[in-house]
Amino acid sequence: MSAIWSIVRRELAGYFATPVAYVFIVVFLLLTGIFTFYLGNFFQRGQADLLAFFNFHPWLYLFLVPAIAMRLWSEEHKAGTTELLLTLPLPAYAAVIGKFLAGWIFIGIALLLTLPIWLTVNWLGSPDNGVIVAGYLGSFLMAGGFLAIGACFSGMTSNQVIAFVLSVVTCFLFIVAGVPIVLDLFTGWAPEALVSTVASLSFVSHFQGIVKGVIDLRDLVYFASMIVLWLIANGIVVELRKG
Amino acid sequence: MRSSPALIEIHGLSKHFGPFAAVDGIDLTVPGGEVLGFLGPNGAGKTTTMRMITGFLAPSAGSITIAGFDVAAAPLQARQVLGYLPEGAPLYPDMTVAGFLGFIAEVRRIDGQRRRERLDAVIDQVGLGDVLRQPIGTLSKGYKRRVGLAQAIVHEPRVLILDEPTDGLDPNQKHEVRKLIRAMARDRAIVISTHILEEVEAVCSRAVIIDRGRIIADGTPDELKARSGYHNAVVLTVPRAQAGAATEDLKDLPGVERVTRDELADGYDRYTVIPTESVSIAGAVSGLVRERGWSVRELYVLPGRLDDVFRKLTGHRQSGEAA
Repeated sequence: MSAIWSIVRRELAGYFATPVAYVFIVVFLLLTGIFTFYLGNFFQRGQADLLAFFNFHPWLYLFLVPAIAMRLWSEEHKAGTTELLLTLPLPAYAAVIGKFLAGWIFIGIALLLTLPIWLTVNWLGSPDNGVIVAGYLGSFLMAGGFLAIGACFSGMTSNQVIAFVLSVVTCFLFIVAGVPIVLDLFTGWAPEALVSTVASLSFVSHFQGIVKGVIDLRDLVYFASMIVLWLIANGIVVELRKG
Repeated sequence: MRSSPALIEIHGLSKHFGPFAAVDGIDLTVPGGEVLGFLGPNGAGKTTTMRMITGFLAPSAGSITIAGFDVAAAPLQARQVLGYLPEGAPLYPDMTVAGFLGFIAEVRRIDGQRRRERLDAVIDQVGLGDVLRQPIGTLSKGYKRRVGLAQAIVHEPRVLILDEPTDGLDPNQKHEVRKLIRAMARDRAIVISTHILEEVEAVCSRAVIIDRGRIIADGTPDELKARSGYHNAVVLTVPRAQAGAATEDLKDLPGVERVTRDELADGYDRYTVIPTESVSIAGAVSGLVRERGWSVRELYVLPGRLDDVFRKLTGHRQSGEAA
């Protein structure tokens, strides 16, 4: 455990050692603001809730989370420090988990900085704060899923751009799996089971359940297993890359 | 020296990358107190072997034991007693020197008072006091190498694996690093890979030459030098006027294989007399000198040079592969 926290602290400090962290946080807050108030018609809807805010999160994360994830391993591969890190007396899974947690905590910090939106909606009306807490939880879990995908691709290559592009494409597939246009491709010819399997893989359908305030165990298990499976893949990829 | 228990034991170590055998059946035992120089041409398998010793790469076959811990079965314990400077001394460029060494100490579970003591000690040992607050990325190559060394020794490892520790350093820095290695050698097993042969003579108590993944020579630097064709060769410089045709006389001496002559600009000739199978011919040569009454300017015996041995043992490659 202590080894994991050493890695987490080093990685988190790594985000803040360069302007990356500040750029990310500013862009994240700007985009959430634009999406919520401009595209999401926060005020015009006249509803005291944060649906307009949360609904855009999958699309926001599609680009921002791979940007956070891409450096996790690629940077080490490029500098050759993978060899240093993986010959320290810590198990490889500690490095995988530590790096993931650092990225997740960082996204968590960015998410916490959106709290003024929550305060605003409380000032304007009386929203169901339980639903909003669920929304934040769902958003954080979904970000974890995106991040685990990004970390895995980062482990594959020393090129951050390649890691970024592959992660965005994969995350995109996991978003659109639940969109009607994609599902329509399957309905009609594919068995019902396949259609529902594809739909159940979607980040969005699981996320929307939570955002509406319904914390279904299946949704939680879905995100948890996404994170675990992609991190296992991450560990395997890093191991294979050593030769 | 060899009576102390082995800190590194390697048996039948091999590593295949596809059909290519990078390391092909290496057996090696290194006791404490020994500084082993690992020599070989580029691509001979030095780095691959070191990566397996440190547990970074899994061997295709064979076993490695570090201070009694099997690298495959007890990797974390083995790594705990091992310090490693990977090839090129990779470091985190964004971290400061102090931050980086602190991180290494933390991961190696050196805590509290002892952490402060150890960090102070290594910073002093490798001379990093001036750059502690600087990001590693901004340091010169020499400083970076020193940071790499510092992280390798912060936990006082009993086994130290250094892949080209002086590569890219200037002569003063090389001297400093070698001094440090010698000072640390007392009760540790140190393996350094290098292709600088003078370094082997300067710091190593034992040299192992590997080529194409196999050990082809193993001994003290002096033993290896004895395998040079120039070992026990005699260099003789005499006035050309006195010994115009000394080549023939020298060749006729017992035990002489061949003689080369360099004409020096100042009227002297320098002869290099090479013996058959390194037998001692100094007596015969000086006898001849006395007999002829040459006025000798130089007369000395060559110990043999490591580069000659190195080339003799590993130089087959070009000719061998062309055939």
